Formats: sequence, structure tokens, C-alpha cells
Amino acid sequence: MQSARRVWGLMYRHLCLYRKSWPRLLELGYWPTLELLIWGFTARFLSNEHPGPVMAIGASLIGGVLLWEVALRAQIGVTLSFLEEIWSRNLGHVFVSPLRPHELILSLLGVSVMRALVGLTPATILAALLYHFNVFAIGPMLILLMLNLFLMGWWMALLVISLLFRYGASAEALAWTLAFGLTPVACVFYPITALPVWLRPVAVALPAEHIFAGMRAALAQHAPAWGPLGSAFALNMMWSLIAVLVFAAQFRAARRTGALISIGE
Amino acid sequence: MDALIVTDLVKRFEAVTAVDRISFSLAPGTTVGLLGGNGAGKTTTISMLLGILLPDQGRIWALGHDMARDRFAALARMNYSSPYVALPMRLTVAENLRVYGHLYNVPQLERRIRHLVEEFNLGDFLHRRAGALSAGQKTRVALAKALINQPDLLLLDEPTASLDPDTADYVRTRLEIYQRASGAAILLASHNMAEVERLCTDVLMLKSGRIVDHGTPGDLIARYGRADLEDVFLQIARFGAHGVGA
Repeated sequence: MQSARRVWGLMYRHLCLYRKSWPRLLELGYWPTLELLIWGFTARFLSNEHPGPVMAIGASLIGGVLLWEVALRAQIGVTLSFLEEIWSRNLGHVFVSPLRPHELILSLLGVSVMRALVGLTPATILAALLYHFNVFAIGPMLILLMLNLFLMGWWMALLVISLLFRYGASAEALAWTLAFGLTPVACVFYPITALPVWLRPVAVALPAEHIFAGMRAALAQHAPAWGPLGSAFALNMMWSLIAVLVFAAQFRAARRTGALISIGE
Repeated sequence: MDALIVTDLVKRFEAVTAVDRISFSLAPGTTVGLLGGNGAGKTTTISMLLGILLPDQGRIWALGHDMARDRFAALARMNYSSPYVALPMRLTVAENLRVYGHLYNVPQLERRIRHLVEEFNLGDFLHRRAGALSAGQKTRVALAKALINQPDLLLLDEPTASLDPDTADYVRTRLEIYQRASGAAILLASHNMAEVERLCTDVLMLKSGRIVDHGTPGDLIARYGRADLEDVFLQIARFGAHGVGA
């Protein structure tokens, strides 16, 4: 109970920021909506020019952009909230409070879920209105896809925070670029066979390739694709374990070197 | 039992020994001053006491808890204030107090906040953003935050730095009132010698990471044959100590 209250305390701190700032709220939905519009019109163009099987590709593009945004927003949500503490020079107070490191992470994850849901709602509505794409048509499997995408976003965020502990604020550009940089090998819009052979092992090692293979199978066959989803979940567990170990090691190293005190400098 | 027991604390940053085998204790209801020039090791010591920096050697027992093993149990009953660590500036004063009230699991939080608002006269700017406050108002809010959990051990790093004499006096008075009412132990790092003379029951003189002398402000002034603590500070900074720990 006490632990939940501490987690809520830090979540409340971030909610206060969004409650009173419409530019912050606007920013949450801006990029997902922009991405949706670009890929949505691309999908419509392809469908109009080449009706038939390409229509399925159009659905894959829109579904891909919406779901990939879940992972991107999850990662950015966690790292930006952590950076917010650095920018406001508040980490000194947070780390000397009884808030445990795992509670800090849980509160950042909670904020990232809220950010992602708020940010993706306009894009989801626009996808239905403009392109007649109903993401909920994927069915109950959508929950499993989203869970996997959130997990992927979160372990990426933990790795970025670990780098912030190690390299300070100079690593903050990674908060925006890490997940986005993985997009080519995430196989969001195309199957793994589109990649050169030498790059495929990288894609296979990432949960995203399996998640989007599962999504395409679900859209095409209207049935759950348990194999790819199971692989994605197993990979997420492995990467999460690695990320937690790296985070714990870097947090301890930061306490040893004094980086927790000077992280924003 | 002492509120704080520090034994043989050492911290090195590569070739530099920032804190060099310091030992001291802090009894409930007392205020100990940590004095020294810039780079003497005050902030490094306080950081280790708060668990944010790991010592290379030595032990810290805070409120009966070993900080190496059980720091969160101690941190729940400690608090800290420094003008160099900010509160979230986009949040209002009330929101900031609410955040830290939750982090410290303060029971009947809204009642506690009302009490602090009255105690520190925060009513006029309770719903103003922390970033828009004057230096004096910020200090009062920081002190209210530091007392939100009614700590048994309070660590203060230059609590009155850059305050006008009236506000500084106000802060010192509030600290005295709090300590009398709660019996809390206070560790105070300060460059303001008048403040140290007024608040501290004991003083630790730090130089190059070592405690080079200690005693009550009166003892130190008498031992060095100086007019006040500021002169003692200058004597030690320029010519070294000749006291107990030298």
C-alpha cells in the first residue's frame, strides 16, 4: 500500500504537468497523427492504384503505423518523464526520498501508458474516419500485441536511462532516436524477407519483427497467430531481463561515481 | 541512541580523496554544524549520509538503520533541503507538497499541508508555480517540503544561502521551533558563521576531507582566542587547525 502511494506520488507529479499545459497534451498526439496521415494516404494511394491484394498491404501499413507508435510512445514516455526530473533538477530530492528504484520505474511506466493512450486516441479515431481502418477489428489479439509493444518500449527506455546514468544529459538525444532508429529492422511495414539476408538475424532478435508478423497474419486470416506472439513475448522477457540488469548495474555505478548528483550537468 | 553515527567514512574520486576517514555522531535534539571551505567535503559527506553516493569505506547508521543495507527505512524518517536541488518549478507549491507527501507516505496529508502552509506562511502563493517564486519564498517552500514527513533527522545544506537577513532569521526561527517540538537531530552545512553560532550545539571543522577540529562554537572561539566563529574559520582555512582533531 505504501509502495503504491509512492508510485502514485511520482505519477501525480507528471500528471500535474499535463493537466495544465495544452502544448504538452498536443505534443502527445502530434507525431502519431502525423505518421498516420503520411502512411494512411500512402496506403490509400496504393489501394486505389492497385486494388485487390494491395488493399491488404494498405491495412498492414495503417495497422503497422498505429501499433509501432505504441512501442515508440512507451519508450519516449518513460525516458522523457525521467529527463523531466533531470531538467527540473529534482532527481536529488527523488533519490533521497523513500522511493525505491523499482517504484521510480513503475511510476514512469504508468506515465508512459497514459501518454501512449492519450497520444494514440486521435490517430486511432482518424484511421477509422479517413481510411475506414478499425484497429479493434484485430480482435482480442490486439491486447497481446499492445502488451508486447509496451514491453518492448519499456526495456528500450530502461536501456536509455542506463545510458543517461552512464553518460549524463549528453545521452538525452537517444530518448528520441533509439526506438525510431530500430524501425528499419522492426519489419513494421514489410515482412522480414524484404531485408537483406545479413540483416535478418538482427530483426529476428527483436520482438517487433514477430509482433508485426503476428499482426499481418491476424489481419489476413482473422485468427490469432500464437507462434509469432509467443516468440515476441519470450524475446521481450529476455531483453527486459538484460535491461533490468544493465539498469541496476548503472544505477549502482552512478551511486558510486556521484553521477546521481551531477546527472543534469 | 544517536540519530546518526558515522565511522571512518572515506570517499575517493580517482586520485582525489574527498572525504578522509571522518567519524562523528549526532544525538537527538541537537544540531551539528559541518563547516569548511569550498571543496572541504561537506556536500560529499551529506550525499553519502543520504545514500545518494556510496562511500568507499566506513559505515553510516541513521536512526538505527545501516545505510548500506536498509537505507529506505531510514530515508522515510529523514529529509533534506538544499538551495542547489530544486523542486519541480512547473508545479504549484501545493502540488509539490502533495507529491512529496505521497513519496514520504505522510498520513492525513491535506491536514499536514494546511499546517505547513500556516507555519511557513505559504498561503499567498500556495497555487503559484514554484518556478515563479522569489528566493525567500522558494526557501520557505523547500523547508516546508523538508519537514513534510516530520523527520527525526534533517540534513540541511546552506538553508539560508542568498536570503535577506529577515528571511534568513525567519528560517532559523522555524528550525529552532521545529527542533524544540520534535526533538529532531539536524546536520547543518553552512558558510554563515552567525547562523552556526546560533543554531549549532557542536561544530565539525572540515578541511581537505578531514575533520580537523570540533567542539561547541564557544569552545572553538575560546581555543583559538578569536572574537567569533568566522575568525576561527579563517584561522583554520589559512593556517590550519590546532584543536582536538588536528
